[in-house]
Order: sequence, then C-alpha cells, then structure tokens
Amino acid sequence: MFPSRFDFLAAHSVDEAVALKAEGGGDTRILAGGQSLLPMMKIRLASPEKLIDINNIAGLDVIQRHDSYLRVGALARHADVAASDLTFGVVESAAPWIADPIVRNRGTLCGSVAHCDPEGDWNSVLLASGADVIARGPNGERSIAIGDFVQGIFTNALEDDEMVTEVRIHVPASRSGGVYLKLERKIGDYATVAVAAHLELHGDGTIGKAGLALTSVAPTNLKVGTAEATLVGQAPSEDLFAAAGELAAQACEPRDDVRGTAHWKRQVVRTFTRRALAAAAAQAQGK
Amino acid sequence: MTTTAPTTPPEIGGIGHSVRRHEDARFIEGQGNYLDDITLPGMLHMAILRAPVAHARINSIDASAATALEGVIAVVTGDLMAQHGLAWMPTLSGDTQAVLVTDKVRYQGQEVAAVIATDPYIATDALELIEVDYDILPPITTPQQALEPGAPLIRDEKEGQTDNRVYTWEAGDKAATDAAFARADRVVSLETHYPRSHPSPLETCGIIADVNSVTGQATIHLTSQAPHAHRTLFAMVAGLPEQDLRIISPDLGGGFGNKVPIYPGYVVATAASLLLQHPVKWVESRSENLISTGFARDYYMKGELAVTNEGKILALRVDMLSDQGAFYADAQPTKFRAGLFHVVTGSYDYPVAHVSCSGAYTNKAPGGVAYRCSFRITEASFLIERLVQTAAYELGIDPADFRFKNFIQPEQFPYHSPTGFVYDSGDYPTALRMALDEIGYEDLRAEQKRAREEGRLIGIGIAHFTEAVGAGPSHTYDIAGLKMFDSAELRVHPTGKAILKLGVKSQGQGHETTFAQIVAEELGIPVTDVKVMEGDTDNTPYGLGTYASRSTPVAGAATAMVSRKLAEKAKIIAAHLLEAAPADIELHNGEFSVSGSPDHTVTIQAVALAAYTNCPDGMEYGFESVHYYDPPNLTYPYGSYVVVVEVDADTGVWKVQRMVALDDCGVRINPMIVEGQIHGGLTEGFAMSSMQWITFDDDGNCIGSNFMDYLVPTAWETPKYELLSTAVPSPHHPIGAKGVGESATVGSPAAFVNAVVDALAHLGVRNIDMPVLPDRVWAAIEAAKA
Amino acid sequence: MEVNVTINGVATTHEIEPRVLLVDYIRTRAGLTGTHIGCDTTSCGACTVLLDGKPVKSCTVLAMQADGRQVTTVEGLKSNGTLHPIQAAFKEEHGLQCGFCTPGMMIVGAALIDENQAPSDDDVRWAISGNICRCTGYMNIVKAIQAAAASNAGATA
Repeated sequence: MFPSRFDFLAAHSVDEAVALKAEGGGDTRILAGGQSLLPMMKIRLASPEKLIDINNIAGLDVIQRHDSYLRVGALARHADVAASDLTFGVVESAAPWIADPIVRNRGTLCGSVAHCDPEGDWNSVLLASGADVIARGPNGERSIAIGDFVQGIFTNALEDDEMVTEVRIHVPASRSGGVYLKLERKIGDYATVAVAAHLELHGDGTIGKAGLALTSVAPTNLKVGTAEATLVGQAPSEDLFAAAGELAAQACEPRDDVRGTAHWKRQVVRTFTRRALAAAAAQAQGK
Repeated sequence: MTTTAPTTPPEIGGIGHSVRRHEDARFIEGQGNYLDDITLPGMLHMAILRAPVAHARINSIDASAATALEGVIAVVTGDLMAQHGLAWMPTLSGDTQAVLVTDKVRYQGQEVAAVIATDPYIATDALELIEVDYDILPPITTPQQALEPGAPLIRDEKEGQTDNRVYTWEAGDKAATDAAFARADRVVSLETHYPRSHPSPLETCGIIADVNSVTGQATIHLTSQAPHAHRTLFAMVAGLPEQDLRIISPDLGGGFGNKVPIYPGYVVATAASLLLQHPVKWVESRSENLISTGFARDYYMKGELAVTNEGKILALRVDMLSDQGAFYADAQPTKFRAGLFHVVTGSYDYPVAHVSCSGAYTNKAPGGVAYRCSFRITEASFLIERLVQTAAYELGIDPADFRFKNFIQPEQFPYHSPTGFVYDSGDYPTALRMALDEIGYEDLRAEQKRAREEGRLIGIGIAHFTEAVGAGPSHTYDIAGLKMFDSAELRVHPTGKAILKLGVKSQGQGHETTFAQIVAEELGIPVTDVKVMEGDTDNTPYGLGTYASRSTPVAGAATAMVSRKLAEKAKIIAAHLLEAAPADIELHNGEFSVSGSPDHTVTIQAVALAAYTNCPDGMEYGFESVHYYDPPNLTYPYGSYVVVVEVDADTGVWKVQRMVALDDCGVRINPMIVEGQIHGGLTEGFAMSSMQWITFDDDGNCIGSNFMDYLVPTAWETPKYELLSTAVPSPHHPIGAKGVGESATVGSPAAFVNAVVDALAHLGVRNIDMPVLPDRVWAAIEAAKA
Repeated sequence: MEVNVTINGVATTHEIEPRVLLVDYIRTRAGLTGTHIGCDTTSCGACTVLLDGKPVKSCTVLAMQADGRQVTTVEGLKSNGTLHPIQAAFKEEHGLQCGFCTPGMMIVGAALIDENQAPSDDDVRWAISGNICRCTGYMNIVKAIQAAAASNAGATA
C-alpha cells in the first residue's frame, strides 16, 4: 500500500534532470505521470532510491506537427494526445483507450513508451505508424527508432543516464488510415489482445505502406513484418486482409492465462487484424 | 396492482413516497464518518503479515529486526496470542479458526503476525523485516481433490478430524423423489460450478479497538453489519465483560455480507489494545480484503429434473459439494449447513425433491455465505433456473412456456414446498407475462430466427426467481444460538419529534430514511422529524443486524409494531384531550379525531407534549416503547428477468442489448430506494456472469486478490436496465413489505447465462459455466461446429 | 521535506517524507476525510480529486507532486454555503447509496459538466469509467450527472 522510502528531487530543466539521473545511476527513476511507476512502488515491486520529478519542466508537454512527424513531449498526457487535433489514424484511434479517463489525465505517452510493457498500447501504435524516441543524456541527444527502442519486457534501449524527452511519430505522407482495435475485459484493464493497423495508399489505390503491430500476445509489442510484406503493393480486399490476419495469428505467441486460452487469442488476432485493416483501408479511401 | 400508492401526503412522507434520503446530506459533502476517518488520541496502527503460500508448516518466526525498527511498538505472533488463549477462535458454524498461525499456514494470505506502529507506513516497512521459515506442503485447491482418498489433511489440529470433509446435510424426501424419477418420461440434468467471488464493498473492513483498563471500558469501532451479535461474541471470545464492551459501527461503505464475519485482524487489534493500553487501528488493504475475508459461492452443483414429455416437472434431485476454504466460518442459521440452499425447488409446483449437500476444506480463505447470497439462495436460484432452461431445450418447449406450465399458481399460496418452506404470496404468471410483454418476447424470437439465418447470434435469457428472506422465525432460525428477531425502540419527544433506534445496520440501504417513513406512516409524524439511529450497541436495542435482506421484513415489522404501541397510548391521551372515549378515537395522517366529529381534532404533536405535561390519571408519563419482533415466517420476494444478448461469433464476445427486470417485493416503502437496490444487484449479477471470479492455480496462489484481477465492471461495461414492478403484499408482515436487497443478485446471473446459452442453443450448446468468458463462448461454438 | 499545497483555496504546509501519497496528505495532514481509499491498484477512483483542475487519482500522486499546486476535494465543491449542482443532483436523483464512491464520482461529474453542457448517457458512462461503484449499478449516477449538467446550463443561460 505504501512505497519504501526514497529521495525526491524536482527538476526544473531537462539538463538538470539528466544531470541528476546521471549522478544517481540505475536506482534513480524519472517520475513523469507516475501511473506505471507509482503503482509498482506501492506494492514494492519497484523500490528506487531516488525519484526525479520532471513535472515542473516547461515545454515538455509539447504536441506539435514538425516536418514529417508529430512531436509528443515527455509531459504530454494521454488525455492531451486524445484531445489533440494534430493526431491521425491509428494514434487518434488508440488514445481514448489507454487505461481509464482519470489515469489518462496524469499518465504520459512517453512514459508508457519507455515502460515497454508488452501489454501497453502505445508501442504497438508506434510500431505500426513508425516513430523515433528522442533520448537526452549528458553527452547530448540521440534518436532511436521505435523498433530498436523496445528491447524486451520492461526493457528499453536507454542508458542509465538518459531520459526520454519526446517521441516523434511519423505522419503519413499520402492517403492513410489507421485503427486500433483493443479487446479488454473492462475499461482500465490491460489489453487481452489488441491490433494496431496503419495503411498508406498510393494514388492508384494500392497499399504503399503497411504497419501492423500486436499488444499482449508476445514478450514485447510485436510488429508483424510477415503480414505487412504481403500487403504492400496490393489492392485492399477482404481476402487480402483475411490472409494477413492468418499470418498475424501465426506470428504471435500468446499464452494461456486468466484472460483466455492462447488458441482463442490467436483467433482474436486473426479477426481483429482483418477488421482493423479493413477499417484502415476504408478510412484511407475516404469512406 | 403494480406499485404502492402512498396514502399519506408528501409532507408526512409515509410508505410509497420516494422521499429523498436524509443521510445524503453528510455524504454529498464528504462528511461521512467511515471507520478510517476516525482518529483517537494515542492511536496506533496495525499491519498484518500474511502467508505468501497456501499450505506450509511454520518452523520459526524472527521478528527481532521488525521490533527494532523505529516507530514499531510491538510485533504480535501466534505464540503471544496463544498465551492469552486467543490463537484460535470459534466460528459461527461451530468450527474453530486460527487468529494467528501457530502450527501451519492453511491458505495464501492467512494471518501470520501483526505489527503495531506509530504510523501505517512504518508498520508496512516492519512487515518486510519479519523473517518466517516456511516448509511448503502440497496444497489442496478443489473440494474434489480434498475428498480424494489419501489427500493431505488440512485440519490436522482438529481432534477427530480424519479427512477434509466439513459436513453432510440433506433436505426433502429421498425415497419419494427416487420413485418420481423412476416414473418420469425423461430426466434432464445439468452440472455447473458457481464460481468463487467476493462481496468486495468499496470500503474494506477495519477496526479501532480501544480497551482502557483504567476506565474498564472497551470501545470497539468496527465495520460491522451486526454490532450486537458481534458484541456478544467478542465478550465471549475475548473475555471482556459485556456491559463494558461497546461496539460502534459507523457509516459503512457497503457490506454485502463482507462485514458479518469476525476476522482475525479484529481479535488481534483488540488483544493488542488490551496489552498496549492504546487504541489500535487496523484497516485492511483491498488485496487483504480479497485474499482473506469472507468469499462468496463456490458450489459445485448437479441438478436433475424428472419431467413428463409434455413438460411437467415431477421432481427435483440435487447433489452439491461446497468449497469451504480452510475453516468453516459461514454465518448462517445453525440448523442448516448449506444455508437456505434447499429452496432450490424454485418457483415451480411439484410434490417431491431431495437435496444432498456436503462440504470440504481446501487451502483457501474461509467463507461462502456472502455477497448478497440470501444464505445460498443465489446458488439455488441459479441452479433451478439454468435447469429449467435446459429442460425446455431438451423437450423442445419454449423456455417461457415451460415456466408458465410449471409455475406455482396464485391460488396455491401459502405454498408448502417439498423442502419445508411456506411461500407467503405471489402471482408469478402475471409477473413473467408483464416482463415478456415489455421486452416484446414474441417479436424477439422472430428476430432471433432471422438473425440465425444471417449467421448472427442473438439470445434471450429468462430467469424467474423466488427469494426467501427475513430470517427468521425463532422456531427454526438462530445464529450461534441467538434467535433472529429484530428490534425497534421509539421515543417521541415533547415537541413531537421522534428518535427511532434499531437493531439492524445500514451499509447504504437508506435506513435513516425508510425506517423513518414507517413511523411517519403509522403515527403521521413527518418523516423529516424522525431521527434513526443504528450501530451503537450502547444506544440501540438488540438485533441480529442487516444481511440476508432481513431489515425490512424483521426490523421494519418491529418498527411498525412499536409505532402501533405508541399509537395505542396516543389514542388514550387524545381521548383525554378531546374528552371522548378511546374507542371512538381515529388517527389519520397525524391527526386524532372523534369518529363522527371530524372537526374536533388534536395533532400527534399535541399528544406528544401531553405525554409529558398532561397525562390522564393513572397513565405512565413518557412516550416511548420497544418491540422485539419474531417473524412468523420468512417473506418471499420474487421477480422475472429477461435479457437479450448478441454474441460475436468470431470472438465469443457478448453484449447485453436489453434487460427488463420485474421485481415484486410486496409493499415498497420507498420506490426510489428499492429501484436503486435492484440496479446494484443486477450489476453484481452481470459482473459474476461475465467477468468476476476468484480462481486459484495449482500451487494454491489466489488469482483475483486485487482489482486488476478481480473485475468490477465500470459504467461503460454495465448494461442499462428497464425496471417494472408488481406488488403482492406479504400477508403476514405488518406493512406487507418483503424486502428486496438481494433479489437482483439472486435472480440475475441465470438470466444473463441463459441468454448467452440461448444464443447458441440451436448449435446444441447447453452450458457454459460462469464467468461466461469470451474464450469459453468461442470454444463452445467451435466444439458445436465440429 | 516541506510541501505546500493549496486545498480548496486554503494553503497548507507540512513536513513530510517524499513517499507520502497525496490521498494520505489530504486525509491525515489536511484532515479532510471526504476523499476515500478503496483499493491498492489505482483501479477504483474513490480517491479522485482535482489537481490544477483535472481529475487525478490521488492515491497515485505523491504529495510532493502537488507542491505549489491547487487541489480541490469534495469538501471544496460547495461555495458560499451553496451546494454545487452536482451535489444537489446526486441527492435528488438518488445517485448514492453507501456514499463511499460518491466524492470521486462527483469530482469527475463536476469536471465533466464544466466541459459538456448536455452529456449523453454514453458521455457520462465514459467519463466515470475510472470510478467504481458497488451499490448503485451506475444508473442513477448517470441521471444525477445529466441532471446537474441541465441545471448548470439553466443557471448560466
């Protein structure tokens, strides 16, 4: 119910936060929304020695279109993303379904991305649309493609002295559509199974780019490259999407657990992939 | 009649008015007085160390590091409790239960030690410093496993206990039932498990024990649905003199049966307060509440109906095995080992039945009777309504028609059931007909047919339940020997205002309003002039408390009776003031008049004043009385619920499209409050049918011990309900009311499950156990296709 | 560490350990017990308060994170002795039974009706999907929030 003792420092700039993080090492955690970290600390699954609170750093709540990407700063809350006019497709579709409405007021997209929970939603969305994570350390900034950033269960590519300052989500160049279909037992539960589908169409209506990623059915959020490859260059069709659904069902590694059998979860992946791709295509076609 | 029309004007607010609740004033301003809101000077905080494993011998406990932590006052272990004879305590079912482990752990989450500290954060820190050496033993996780020959003995400390069986019990006539089965055209059977769930009120359980040896007073603030019974039991178990023991049950954030048992934490906190001479507060966390306090259900049931080919039920046979956890601790009337489960014959007319019950110990928390179960009528009602639905499919008869064919008819009341219940009143056919008409049943069946042709799965589920509440008559019912009367004490002050004190205890049911309405009805004192008090054993008459929907049937009757006692005295005083004969005095809406001269009146307020200032010669001054009501029978509310669902054939996900719920609880004191109770109960039924359960893995780890795993639906998942009512009064209740608190939780799960099964019935699917999870639904569809 | 939190317009200052949760600060340092604790997994919403005007679960915010900020609890809904429309509506529509979830529900409801003058059933159910109620089945909570929105709209019209 109550966390162990820790030291608390409120940073007022990114440089200060980074310096404090570098000084503290592995047992120092960044505290933004805290909606993943604090629950773990309350049941003592995590007991960091120091927390660096970044909630007072100005400018980190940015949500802004810049060139070909959508910048989402480290303090942009899920609710801010959901309310923003600047989102699109799969991002817009997923945002309202993160956690519950009160947690969305506090938790951040970047925090969720950094947390790398395979049952978390955002990393599937970003794997489908494409994104880069901007990490700042004592030696400066670097950009990490989302596929490289998500390394394992609760494991990201950050060094101990780095923090995420923003995520840059690739904005589609052409006609596009995207949908996030999430099966959850109730609002606030993690996804039992979820599918993020993102399609960009050529002028002739064939698929130029396809992004398909799955939540809660593998050790990390899973980009289904095999299925994506079968979609590129093809005209959207029911059969095409059903075949992609079959590949996605085969590619994932769900487990039997209290949310359901693995066999059934593959069926949901199969079904949701088909439905999500069809909805994404319809969106892209302006229907 | 469909509703109770009020006979008093709104200013008086008697029966039938949807009076807005008096108690709301403090709750809407955040001024409720819940247990954790209370602080006492010098108060210490207790935290409990709980076993991480389900079955293990404890070799040693080293609390030295914990005791040394700054802020820790004491660490209590089983050994210390044993020195005071408190390591074990009696249960309400005649068993014993460990307070703190002295020999072995018998369920995951069991209480092993307690830390008393100056601050709850420090108490939690200290828990991590206690070292316990466990020798893990093989756990028993199902009652079937428990009863296998050679199964490890869970209650090895109990003298004479040679296996894991807890009880056997039966009701009805086996020979006659067997004979009826032998004659039957067909036997329809159903095996189903009603899974373990948990009442989980939003406020967890807690205590502040303040035992003061200087004043000799022990004041126990306790989340208690039955403060008087708790006081007597505390006095007996802890050896505290009962006159100096005061239990105060404050505002309760829900109960649903969770606040009826006496928990080890209560005993440890009380002992700690006695030893340390400081108030000791213990408020459990949600995880503690779910893993260790009184769970609900966990009945494995097999039901068989003997039927004719035309669809008439001849007999019912039921065999049931219950999972009782590690200690048999149910609060239920002592004559019955399975509560009122033997009311399983349901709403149908047939002459014979036999119900055979047994229970087993397992390595799980104790409990079973809880979560608005009406003493196991949730289980009984679920079985019969699922069985009746199954019979309809097997005979090729529409499920509604099957019920109409077999209903107990209105003229058969009072109805003597084959297992000894006497149903007081009802009109089942009218109720079901109304519910079916409201939902458009025939049109829905046509739509279902069309949908099937398109490959869509629509299902219509019916449940018609009969409850048995208001325990109960002293000839049959007692808990730990205490008869199940209840009480009301009423005093009217000189200014005509009144105070009503009750032996029951609200946890959200609105007693401060509804019981005042009974007084308003009987005496014509405006409802806002009646203050209702409950929960403080020094200031209320003795009662058995609020659970099993008994407050209105028993304490409500007591309230009516005590009001009538005062009405009788009032008439004599009025006669004195009006210079007439008492026999000529009439009371109407708070005014006394002489029959035949309606203009010659005196108010109840004037009479109240006279009771203190101007009594007739020879009459005792004052204006108060008490009534202890021993009900002559239970009351039998009932209802017809109809649910429409659509099932997604590709994923097994199902959604409620509509639900119509008709309830008949006799006279409704406050229709608004009755509807609120029904909304809540339907939601609990929906939860259990769709997502809410506690299960265990093979190692005895509890899955469902926090709100991430034990699922309570939000407003987004919860269906919308359309409520209807009929109101056939209870003939034996002073105001004709039956009580309704648990009806919807009892009746609705079968309606939801019947709906999903109905959606798949044409594929040959007959049963899916609760919770009806989407993977189970999809698997049933796949299996049927194969 | 010293923390300064303005609660319902009143400045509070206390010396606390950083690990003190905001809900405990509110209940035991500021002595405002209307905000409740119902779970330990950030699931139930009984602890919901406004932090700088936005509903948050105060059990999953450190008191230190409210330093220099504004908190509104149920005790702050009433103004100048007049009940907030949401409070009046909860009583009128029987939106509470045991009252334990009610402060959190009303905080969320108050925030909703500030933004949405005529919320639909679905709008309300969506907004309160982070708050658990065990007693009411939500039907009358939805009615209460809609009634409060209507009376609010009427008042400002």
